[in-house]
Amino acid sequence: MKSSLCYSWRIALLIFWSARLLWAVEPGGSTAQNTSIFSPASTPAKSIADLSVFVLVVTGIIFLAVFALLLYSVVRFRGRAMDGGREPAQVYGSMQIELAWTIIPTLIVVVLFLATARVIHAIQDAPEPAGALDVIAIGHQFWWEFRYPKLGIVTANELHIPVSVSAHPTPTFLQLLSVDTDHSFWVPQLAGKTDLIPNHPNRMWMDPQRTGVFLGQCAQYCGTQHAKMLLRVSVDGPEDFASWVHAQQKLAVEDAAAIAGRRVFERNACMNCHVVAGTRADGRFGPDLTHLMSRATIAAGAAENTHKNLRLWIQDPSVIKPGSLMPAMKLSDADLDAVVSYMETLR
Amino acid sequence: MSAATTSFPNASPAWDLPSRGKVAMAGLIIAESAIFTIFVVAYLFYLGKSLTGPTPREVLETPIFYTICLLSSSLTIHFAAKSLERDYTRLFLGLWLLTIALGGAFLYGTAQEWHRLIFEHGLTISTNLFGTTYYSLVGLHAFHVTAGLIMLLAVAICGFAGHMGVSQSSRVAVLSMYWHFVDVVWVVVFTVVYVLGR
Amino acid sequence: MSSNAITIPGAQIEARPWVDELHLWLTTVDHKRLGILYILSALLFLLIGGVEALIIRIQLMHSHNNFVSPEVFNRMFTMHGTTMIFFVAMPVLFGFANYLAPLMIGARDMAFPRLNAFSFWLSFLGGLLLYFSFLGGSGLYGAGSAPDVGWWSYAPLGARAFSPGHSSDYWTLALLVSGFGSIGTAINIIATILCLRCPGMKINRMPLLVWMNLVMAGMVLLAITPLSAAQIMLLIDRYLGGHFFDTQAGGSAVLWMHFFWIFGHPEVYVLIIPCFAFMSEIIPVFSRKPIFGYPVMVAATVCIGFVSMSVWAHHMFTIGMNSYANSFFTLTTMAVGVPTGIKIFNWIGTMWGGRIQFKTPMLFSIGFLFQFLIAGLTGIMMAASPFDWQLSLSYFVVAHFHYVIVGGILFALFAAFYYWYPKMTGRMLSERLGKCHFWLFLIGFHLTFDVMHIPGVLGMPRRIYTYEPGRGWDTLNLIVTIGAFIQALAILVFLANLVISYFKGAQAGNDPWDAWTLEWSIGSPPPVYNFATVPTVASRRPLWDLKHPEDPDSHYE
Repeated sequence: MKSSLCYSWRIALLIFWSARLLWAVEPGGSTAQNTSIFSPASTPAKSIADLSVFVLVVTGIIFLAVFALLLYSVVRFRGRAMDGGREPAQVYGSMQIELAWTIIPTLIVVVLFLATARVIHAIQDAPEPAGALDVIAIGHQFWWEFRYPKLGIVTANELHIPVSVSAHPTPTFLQLLSVDTDHSFWVPQLAGKTDLIPNHPNRMWMDPQRTGVFLGQCAQYCGTQHAKMLLRVSVDGPEDFASWVHAQQKLAVEDAAAIAGRRVFERNACMNCHVVAGTRADGRFGPDLTHLMSRATIAAGAAENTHKNLRLWIQDPSVIKPGSLMPAMKLSDADLDAVVSYMETLR
Repeated sequence: MSAATTSFPNASPAWDLPSRGKVAMAGLIIAESAIFTIFVVAYLFYLGKSLTGPTPREVLETPIFYTICLLSSSLTIHFAAKSLERDYTRLFLGLWLLTIALGGAFLYGTAQEWHRLIFEHGLTISTNLFGTTYYSLVGLHAFHVTAGLIMLLAVAICGFAGHMGVSQSSRVAVLSMYWHFVDVVWVVVFTVVYVLGR
Repeated sequence: MSSNAITIPGAQIEARPWVDELHLWLTTVDHKRLGILYILSALLFLLIGGVEALIIRIQLMHSHNNFVSPEVFNRMFTMHGTTMIFFVAMPVLFGFANYLAPLMIGARDMAFPRLNAFSFWLSFLGGLLLYFSFLGGSGLYGAGSAPDVGWWSYAPLGARAFSPGHSSDYWTLALLVSGFGSIGTAINIIATILCLRCPGMKINRMPLLVWMNLVMAGMVLLAITPLSAAQIMLLIDRYLGGHFFDTQAGGSAVLWMHFFWIFGHPEVYVLIIPCFAFMSEIIPVFSRKPIFGYPVMVAATVCIGFVSMSVWAHHMFTIGMNSYANSFFTLTTMAVGVPTGIKIFNWIGTMWGGRIQFKTPMLFSIGFLFQFLIAGLTGIMMAASPFDWQLSLSYFVVAHFHYVIVGGILFALFAAFYYWYPKMTGRMLSERLGKCHFWLFLIGFHLTFDVMHIPGVLGMPRRIYTYEPGRGWDTLNLIVTIGAFIQALAILVFLANLVISYFKGAQAGNDPWDAWTLEWSIGSPPPVYNFATVPTVASRRPLWDLKHPEDPDSHYE
């Protein structure tokens, strides 16, 4: 009947265009903005993508088979005027058919389950090799704290990890903690997400196979600014990583020209929330600012790390991120300029 | 449009369906059991996990006497219901009042225990995980005992006013199902709190 | 034509003054009126929840939009989810169960009419209490104190420390109150079905709608209560200084998740099983054949009821359970797809060899079959826990569950409306407006929810009030929003149909669809006593036996 055919055409067109859209944004390259789960750059993400393709193929076949049956029955058995109100044969059922369409799905379930269980164990129970990098990720409302215990580094929001080549694997193993509510670490190209839950440490790993910047964000609703708790993972080649580590391990730059700003910083209770290594500032509530200028963004990715944004952020965080837990310190313009200059010396 | 011109077939001989009061009470008991299960799970989960404060072993005393009171009240209510079925209204009322007294004694025992825990040992619902789960679980049970006692009192008042007779026996049977449920829950709570939890 | 009704010769029916009519509705204990009250209150909350959805969609139309503030947005998605599940889906399904179950078993009312009324008003009061939250606190403009913790209120976000004020309490209390109403209704449904069936209606002769509402009611008893328990614990934490979910005192946030999802998963089966019931009544009538495999349908439903109690932690695949737990829940989640799939096959088997009539109820039923199939398959995808480690908490999940709830449950409900409205009001709904409603809604639905899967795959998490440009999410979100407005338009067409047909629709008569269950043997709308004489049945389709005395079902059962 016309309406059911039109209906199936509409659906087919819709599926076609959706597929095209998906294809258009599924790149093979590593553009910074891509966050598709189907362009993996790390073993866990790749295992997941491979399993996903298998599951998609199986469910796709099931869909086509059942859809064909549905379409056929709608077309073939439509009532026609010439039936003259006669009722069709009143069939009550068939045990053989019921058995068939019980057993076959059960077998499919067994196959899918076994394929899945293999990947679960491969990812979750992977042992930590000797060359692995240990990072502790601590979730805060609404920013990420990263600690490298063996390297003596504390930083925030932007994670630097080494690329891992198969000849000499250097995966990164993350321990996931939280100081307040639940969060979730999700960088789709590098791994599936794992939650950060207070009083419930979690563990995940990734071994990026190519350098580049990989984006992600918090995936577990954690409060007002959940949307702007972004993640930026920079996968560096060995030299770049080493020099980053070296720079991060140093104490804060002491620039005499910025002394006025530093006084403003210390006078206005900033030091109660922030650490600047080597100074009196040792507060743990907010991000470590020792190497603030080594980061591309501020406020967990909510804004680029520019002079203008830095000034705006310190003046009134709620303009960039309303609901952020950093208060507006109500500084005078002079103080504000001074402290921004100080911040900009913290390379 | 159809035309139904004949009437329905004749009624079949015996058509016995369960009593709706009993089915409804069974449904309520199932629902309440689920609620209690969640509180029991929380209690068991948090055993040994308190960061501070008194532990069960340090402060709990097994309430044997009051448990016997409550469990005996199941016996007395059973016999009360049986008496009413045979229309022995005075015996029914006596056993019924005994049930209420035994239930009241149990509540008194709980109150006494809580008084001791709060004022002698400083254990309150906010002290630690043990305090929270203990008072919640035992309190939830005590709340159900209280609700049951109120219903029992209502029936007792009807009894004194002369309204309880054999025609009320099915209603009394339904109420005694609830009372038995409350006792069974106590068996579980007792085992979890005073036996397993120490 | 006989009708199972008592007529008093010469009696005049006078229209009552409107105050009396209102009083009748407010104090009724009649299951039919209470059913209609449930349905009307659900339609009211549907409109409100729909507006909340549109606000969400406008805000997400493009990146860095400023239509609403983050605080308001967070309240919108919390209220939208809570409203739709607890004050739209559950009430409307209870409403249909209330209306139809006694009629289909040949009873005069539910087992406990006053409990029925009490349960309805508790449920409605819960909804009012939830919405009163907008007026509490800082008033309407700042969206007041409406809860903003998500409809799951995960610990510790729902604790006093992170949700000061009373917004979280409105959520907790509204759901506790309406939860008790749901338990009351469930007890009533079970007692009615087990104790009030008419003579001859053995348990294996009940219409499938009755069977499925029985299973649903049983699940309500076991599913709603864990939520009530967890909410009592939350109140103890918030007001009595308890530490159930206080991670600083050694409490466990994960415990809340377990309790919530032990409720949350069976809850979605509570919602879908009555929709299976509608399909099992409507598809046979419009295919002109009995349901294919009645005993297997019953067995599959009961099986789903049990197995669905063992799958809850598939909502928690990302919280860090060990690989054995993840494997277990993967297995059970995939397993529950088997009986569910069996039912889809049985419905297609019903249509097979039939003479399908494409009236509006059947159009919505076919839509249901197509969409529920897809929804089930995306569910199987997420059952594979590693795949879920990517898809969970993203817009893929949002697309999946809206596919079930809108593409499945709402489509089945529309079918039920078009099918039983004539019985409830005595008037037919307009077929023309019905088809317009169907096609418009179908297009809007697919535009929104087909496309919505894609941002999820591209890394867009859920519950975000805005997103970054350049992720490739902008255009997709715009399309999703456009589809939402098309669906809104379709809903308006539907509401217009309901109202216009009430006054101008064709007279329905007893049995406009030539159907086979007992409700079609009495007037439309039925007399207040339902059946003048309690019927006796000898098969699963008593009216088929009456209409086809030469070939009744009772010969074959």
